[in-house]
Amino acid sequence: MIDLVWLIPLFPAVGFLFNGLIGKWLDLDKRVVGSVACTALGLSFLFSILIFFSLLKLPPEARAAVPDKVLFDWIVSGDFKTVIGYKVDPLSIVMALVVSGVSFFIHVYSVGYMHDDPGFTRYFAYLNLFVFMMLTLVLANNFLLMFVGWEGVGLCSYLLIGFWFERDAPANAGKKAFVVNRVGDFGFLLGIFLIFAHLGTVGFNEVFAKAPSLDTATVTLITLMLFVGAAGKSAQIPLYVWLPDAMEGPTPVSSLIHAATMVTSGVYMIARCHLLYSMAPISMAVVAIVGAATALYAASMGLLQFDIKRVLAYSTISQLGYMFLAVGVGAFSAGIFHLMTHAFFKGLLFLGAGSVMHAMSGELDMRKMGGIWKRVPITFLTFLVATLAIAGIPGFSGFFSKDEILWQAFSSNHGHLYLWVVGAVAAGMTAFYMFRLLFVTFLGPCRASEEVKKHIHESPPIMTIPLMVLALLSVIGGYVGIPHILGGRNFFHEFLAPVLGGAPQGTEHAAFSLVRPVFASGGAAVGEGVNMELLLMGVSVAVAIIGICIAFYLYIWKTEVPKRLGERFKTIYTIVFNKYYVDEIYEVCFVNSTKKLGTFLWRRFDDGVVDRSVNLVAELMAWLGSVLRRIQTGYVQSYALGIILGAVIIIIFLIR
Amino acid sequence: MNPVGFPLLTAVTFFPLAGAVMLLFLPRAKEESLKRAALVISLVEFVISLPLFIWFDEGAAGMQFAERVPWISEWGVSYSIGIDGISLLLVLLTTFLTVLCILSSWRAVERMVKEYLIAFLILETGMIGVLVSLDLILFYVFWEVTLIPMYLIIGVWGGPRRIYAAIKFFLYTMAGSVLMLVAILALYFLNGKATGEYTFDLLKLYQAGLPATTQYLMFAAFALAFAIKVPMFPFHTWLPDAHVEAPTAGSVILAGILLKLGTYGFIRFAIPLFPVAAFKAIPIISVLALIGIIYGALVSMMQEDLKKLVAFSSVSHLGFVMLGMFAFNVQGVQGSIYQMLNHGVSTGALFLIVGMVYERRHTRLIADFGGLARVMPVFATFFMIVALSSIALPGTNGFVGEFLILLGAFKANPVYGILGATGVILAAAYMLWMFQRVMFGAITHEENRALKDLNLREIVTLIPIIVLIIWMGVFPKFFFKKMDLSVQNFLYDVKARYESATAPSGAGQGASPATEEVPGSKVDSTIGVKE
Repeated sequence: MIDLVWLIPLFPAVGFLFNGLIGKWLDLDKRVVGSVACTALGLSFLFSILIFFSLLKLPPEARAAVPDKVLFDWIVSGDFKTVIGYKVDPLSIVMALVVSGVSFFIHVYSVGYMHDDPGFTRYFAYLNLFVFMMLTLVLANNFLLMFVGWEGVGLCSYLLIGFWFERDAPANAGKKAFVVNRVGDFGFLLGIFLIFAHLGTVGFNEVFAKAPSLDTATVTLITLMLFVGAAGKSAQIPLYVWLPDAMEGPTPVSSLIHAATMVTSGVYMIARCHLLYSMAPISMAVVAIVGAATALYAASMGLLQFDIKRVLAYSTISQLGYMFLAVGVGAFSAGIFHLMTHAFFKGLLFLGAGSVMHAMSGELDMRKMGGIWKRVPITFLTFLVATLAIAGIPGFSGFFSKDEILWQAFSSNHGHLYLWVVGAVAAGMTAFYMFRLLFVTFLGPCRASEEVKKHIHESPPIMTIPLMVLALLSVIGGYVGIPHILGGRNFFHEFLAPVLGGAPQGTEHAAFSLVRPVFASGGAAVGEGVNMELLLMGVSVAVAIIGICIAFYLYIWKTEVPKRLGERFKTIYTIVFNKYYVDEIYEVCFVNSTKKLGTFLWRRFDDGVVDRSVNLVAELMAWLGSVLRRIQTGYVQSYALGIILGAVIIIIFLIR
Repeated sequence: MNPVGFPLLTAVTFFPLAGAVMLLFLPRAKEESLKRAALVISLVEFVISLPLFIWFDEGAAGMQFAERVPWISEWGVSYSIGIDGISLLLVLLTTFLTVLCILSSWRAVERMVKEYLIAFLILETGMIGVLVSLDLILFYVFWEVTLIPMYLIIGVWGGPRRIYAAIKFFLYTMAGSVLMLVAILALYFLNGKATGEYTFDLLKLYQAGLPATTQYLMFAAFALAFAIKVPMFPFHTWLPDAHVEAPTAGSVILAGILLKLGTYGFIRFAIPLFPVAAFKAIPIISVLALIGIIYGALVSMMQEDLKKLVAFSSVSHLGFVMLGMFAFNVQGVQGSIYQMLNHGVSTGALFLIVGMVYERRHTRLIADFGGLARVMPVFATFFMIVALSSIALPGTNGFVGEFLILLGAFKANPVYGILGATGVILAAAYMLWMFQRVMFGAITHEENRALKDLNLREIVTLIPIIVLIIWMGVFPKFFFKKMDLSVQNFLYDVKARYESATAPSGAGQGASPATEEVPGSKVDSTIGVKE
């Protein structure tokens, strides 16, 4: 069974080819196109489940040692060799399950959402291609094939962001996403070069087996370069700028690519390379700090936005920050855990936003909504579930994963009190902006125009059923990872342990031991430690509830206050509202200066210097010719003069 | 070494010329028949070149399908031809692209069709001749033969400034080649004096073992001729002019093959003839290549004319080719050769695509387009795939070449690899920006609203390219196994001679061949292929 892993990416590839070639050529009916695309994903999901259970049958230590399924040699040049091959282990199969599962539901939802779009067939061809690339990324057994998926998902992201290419904004956003991602990919590529230069291979198994021979400086450089790639794909500081703009794409695309799957590739990549990162404490610190900073920074930008999808986009960046915080402090499985729960609830939030847009005639501005919850009850309830999950309310999936990250940020070897504080503050902000979004969109008075009001309606079942499924997952998804302290056995960790090792337990940390309680290892936390873990858990829940209360106060109870506050703190408000002007700064520093340099090089240097000197040589020749030509005047007198002058010179020369 | 018992390589080389002679006897008024005849000739040529690939023995080092007949024996000139894994693929690229060029000229060329087709077929013989020559005089003759038809193609069937562009192209290239001729003659006499055997036989001259200072001068002369042809920065300014003025098929063949003659010249002549100088020139060539990569990309970004944009992108892409070649390791050189093929396919296709919109709108200014994806969806799909190949997206041919080049360069000198890799970012920027301005957005010019999508002939022209782009990207081994041994051999031979020349003085240990390059690995690759 496990040998059939190559079928998982193959199905969407076939779906892509079918819809992209035959579907477009024959102009097939939408039902055919939609069924083919969904069936392809359904089969992928089915095979992921089957392989998951086959893997589960194996004893835990054997699960990480399943031989790779190699299809054929890809690039072979001298001592460089890569294959097209897939790797099945607990980590990759969890990713495959999340990707194919969430993709399947979003495909189904899309059939309803995109129903009236003239580009229906093109949409599903791209979407299938995306899933093919994404599955290639997570199942690859070597860095280069992973890079194929990596750039492949970037391409699909480009195509789908710019899906409505006739308007400028989507076309620009798509290009921006691709180019910024290429900056990240540049780092990834250099990381691959370094790995090959030092280890002579790019296969995961070989690299990780040989990794201990690397010295710290090299491995630090490698991991930092890989992190540049991760920061590009997963929208971390300073390469996050493309993700908010990516919201120009169709909403299910935002849900699938820019929330649930593609943007989490960076986290997956670091988890995959955890052996390398564990050898490079500096890189770990960089990852953790960038992650924490991004979590806080992006959350702050989400506080004031009015565009539903933008709020969710900043929220995604922020939540990705949490995942990087997790892997940065060595809590790799916690990072993957949050990746999974986030895929459920954030995917759901975007689909919910799409359902709201569907109801509101495409409106995105929450100021023009309000009070619609009765008209779209399923959307509202599922959105509420997801909001509770992301806010970290106990009992919902986000609580388990986020809390584990915060706890590890504090207690792990690589953790620090400040990392926890930043994470906790960001958690409070998250609860605030999410409930602000919920309150303003669904509750209060309706501010939509009469025309829009008339059409408000719940979405058809093909859209609401995926919402309900994801809502269910947003609740129960967390119960696979109940921490020991709450009486669970953390099945999720156990399952990933053969690949990622046990989660770093709170052993004594040299530098920051003063606030650190002592724990027994092996998960059986005792004494003071139990209190500490419960205490921090309580604090983070309290922070979330405070955030919710503030949102309630400002947007339900005293709705005039936000405006007053905005006027009072106008400068800060303006700066934050305009996203700290980072886009504008980048525009000036990178885009404009590159264009200016290009123009200068072309006009001044290429035309003015290089080509000019070539032409000057030619002109010099022409000038020489014209000078010499003057001697041949054709007048006998001047020739005679020449003869006489010549003769005189010779005579003078002779008599001297 | 000739498995056929038939002078196949001669046949491949001169069949187009014979075809050109045949065309002479067809009436000039029957343009359609002339085109059909030329198409059939080029197709037959492509078909008879395929056995070269099929029968090429990838397990054998050295020249294959070799033929050798004395030509001017008192001067040591012979008609000596043969191919190895390096030239094999370029010969096939030539025969392949020529078919597409003739197909693409169907509507574009309206006057003097007969002369045009004849020029094209003569050009094909010239290009293949350069690629198969193993005698310096023979090579030089073919080298110059390629100039004249191309000069005519630009000068007669070109755009408004065609005379300027044609003369610039001709004189610039000629100026370079004259110095090379001097160096060829000097090499002939010096080698003759040293060994007593006066010959222009390339393989024998490889062993000339000239003193270092002589090598520097001669390498400089050869390198200049080739650098102009490539073109390397700062000798590139003839290229945008030539491309802008040349007819579509002229641009395709210019970018696709003629530029490769420059890079091929390095790998077949300049480097193995003068290995000591070549190794000393690594920093110079690499830096010029890097400037070419980044500079070409930056200038390309700001172009307003589509053809100029593609022309400058060629400068950037050929910078990659040179960078990889002068990494002097297997990955770099193989990537470099692969990139020659990629550039031929992808940039050739880009020029075809630009030609297709030009035929419809008679403008190439980016500002005159916008929103074409709506009216020409099939065209948009082809254009997108070709653009992605040009920016080296994994899964396309471009990635395999650029990745190996950068990997090789990184191994040779990390700084070169890092700087070269920035070209990958810039390529995405200029290509996608151009694509967006031409294809996306709303239709701003009413003329564009009525544009017709591709017709069957145009689709047939582009499909083989798309197939190649994917095939070369997914199954590169199919091509690599043919050149593997030749490249290993090339590196081993060049390094060995470099070292034996520099060893006594004790200098030049910096570039000692890595263990991977010794022929020991030949065994593996041979076995791997036979499986």
